[in-house]
Amino acid sequence: MGLTGYLVVSALLFGIGSFGFLARRNAILMLICIELMLNAVNLSLVAFNAYLPDPDNIGGVFSLLVMAVAAAEATVGLALVIAIIRTRQTPEVDEYSDLKE
Amino acid sequence: MMVCFGSLAGMYLLLGAGIIAAAQVLIYLGAISVLILFAIMLTQAGDANLPSPFHRQAWLALAVSVMVVALITFTAVTTDWGAAAEVTVISLQALSQVLFTDYALPFEILSLLLLAAIIGAIFLARRPEEDEEAN
Repeated sequence: MGLTGYLVVSALLFGIGSFGFLARRNAILMLICIELMLNAVNLSLVAFNAYLPDPDNIGGVFSLLVMAVAAAEATVGLALVIAIIRTRQTPEVDEYSDLKE
Repeated sequence: MMVCFGSLAGMYLLLGAGIIAAAQVLIYLGAISVLILFAIMLTQAGDANLPSPFHRQAWLALAVSVMVVALITFTAVTTDWGAAAEVTVISLQALSQVLFTDYALPFEILSLLLLAAIIGAIFLARRPEEDEEAN
């Protein structure tokens, strides 16, 4: 399993994440799918870095940065979702249509 | 989800990036999974009359996602990456050398971002009644 295998796994993860984000109606599950997509990108960064002929570790640095940003995004996103659910009493994103009406 | 995050940590280990595998276990398995579990526990208290979990646009979303996966896979398979045959192990020393010299500014900005996220999350998750009690 060389670089191509890791890239294919990463593409599959990204596809599952994007399908979930586009198709699910629950806000928390959409957040989980965003995390999945960020993980897929991380995997491809680390894989590219590991298979460089002359590695300079920048892939590792970037994946650490992406992880920290993902953690911050998950905290703020979940806090937002919980605040919305507390006022609207539903996690379904279709119900959040106040600005449309 | 937790199985997926854990196996990703295993793949990082296979790729010779032990420190990133450790960070993955700490951040994703330790922190984000627990956070999401708490959010699910807090929000889904016995509403059993759920409609279909999928959106009306699920088929369109499936088509788009399959196309994206096919495109990326095709590119990954057909391109000659000129990859090294062996996996290079990232040493912790070299990684931190790069992180704290060339990438010191993004590192500091990241700490600011995390601070802002903490404050924002506390502010957003606070109940309005506690505000009135505090005043």
